[in-house]
Amino acid sequence: MSNHIMPTLQKKRIIEHITSGKRFDGRKMDEFRDIVVEKAISKNAESAISLKLGKTHVYAGVKMAVTTPYPDSQDEGTFMTTAELHPMASSRFDIGRPGIEAIELARVIDRGIRESGFIDFKKLCIKEGEKVYQVFLDIIAINDDGNLFDAAGIAALIALGQARLPVYNEETEKIEHEFSKNPLPLNKEALSFNTTFHKIGNQIVIDPSVEEQAVSDFRLGIAIGEGNKKCRITAMQKGKEGAIDTEDMEKILNLTEEVYSKKYAEIKKLVFD
Amino acid sequence: MAAKKVDSLYKKRSDGRKMDEIRPIAAKVGVVPSADGSAMFETGGTRAIAVVRGPRVLHPQNKRNPQKGILRVSYGMMPFSVWDRIRPGPSRRSEEISKVSEWALDAVVDLDAFPNTVVDVFIQIPQADAGTRVAGLNAAAMALAHAGIPMKEMVSAMAVGKADKTIIVDVDKDEEDFHDGEGATDIPMAITSRTKKITLLQLDGKISTEELKTAIEMGKKACGDVLEVQMKALKEANTEDKE
Repeated sequence: MSNHIMPTLQKKRIIEHITSGKRFDGRKMDEFRDIVVEKAISKNAESAISLKLGKTHVYAGVKMAVTTPYPDSQDEGTFMTTAELHPMASSRFDIGRPGIEAIELARVIDRGIRESGFIDFKKLCIKEGEKVYQVFLDIIAINDDGNLFDAAGIAALIALGQARLPVYNEETEKIEHEFSKNPLPLNKEALSFNTTFHKIGNQIVIDPSVEEQAVSDFRLGIAIGEGNKKCRITAMQKGKEGAIDTEDMEKILNLTEEVYSKKYAEIKKLVFD
Repeated sequence: MAAKKVDSLYKKRSDGRKMDEIRPIAAKVGVVPSADGSAMFETGGTRAIAVVRGPRVLHPQNKRNPQKGILRVSYGMMPFSVWDRIRPGPSRRSEEISKVSEWALDAVVDLDAFPNTVVDVFIQIPQADAGTRVAGLNAAAMALAHAGIPMKEMVSAMAVGKADKTIIVDVDKDEEDFHDGEGATDIPMAITSRTKKITLLQLDGKISTEELKTAIEMGKKACGDVLEVQMKALKEANTEDKE
């Protein structure tokens, strides 16, 4: 999220301030803003939730349908993620075809969920080679106050965690206009959430504001999960033109451990409770 | 005013409302902090969010009007707002609703003081149970007022309908799908607050001129109720701002 117009002086001031160890909103470098979740915001969806990370606000929803499987995975359900960086959220976003930011966001989230094995695709098979469930995950930005990446990633997990399957009628081989009590089949232990680290001045900053992320040299998104009761990384994506040196990488991986111990339990609770 | 007694196949509303009774309304302004103005408007199971950004410089340049600012409305439903998922992005339906909503609001906004600019209004529907365009308009009018855009008067909107021969106010999804007898007729309308003029009017179905007159009268009354809720929400926001 880089094309934010900012005067050079303001940029310089932010970098100086962060280099001196301070943030304008008084947070510590590795401090997340509070997460506030509202569940069941659409009665017509398998699940739809609202998530606020400070003033950054996103919606995420799950819809399901029945489709034919892909030729290379005849016994697995399918999954599609879209992200809309709607112009309501920020004057930086335009109406029309998704820009590179929205495309990258959707792809990073899609990959993170797909590759971690969070969704049990085999259980979404109705009839091998013929009928499988199709899962649509749609994310919409409502207000951008920085770090849409992490807000959207966590919102996506919660939407999936709250989703219930529609009723499938075996005789008509169609979905009834009704939800069942069965949750979307998930591998709970595969849960991993995205945390983006930004390099600003000489610091590594977590959960940046719009202004902070606009002046960062690079960002590194890390999907943080758990394996054998320890922190486990399941996906990464480096963004922007800056380069990561050994010291930065070391610092980020230490912070990753910290974020895991501070945040994993909270997010797990939000997703599954 | 109550509907006249007619011999209709539609005798009772599924949620127990009176024929001229609107669903519970909720409204709030300031729901999107980074915007110039924003509002949420809800009737029953239908909820709309509207955001105003502007007046701001209009691109592309050839769309600019050197005499006055222009109003641009974009309406859309979120993919998970209805039972059958909607593909994100504009559709023929959403483009048309955007335009009729734009006309409905353009009648009251005064952008003479802002030549070459645009005021963007974004309407989004997170949850739908019929009447999304009127809920969207109600939210949009509030968001424009919240943004301090000069307006000659407010706009309030409501969908009146007819199920078989019964005229009903604030049609929900079940009622929209009523197929017996004369079936369902849907008449979304928007009424200005002071001069009580109509700035949006559409109709789908079958109705006599007499019935339509009654429907419009009932719509005007319902819009009056909507207006009260809109004004209350705006006043509350005003007090909060001062604190």
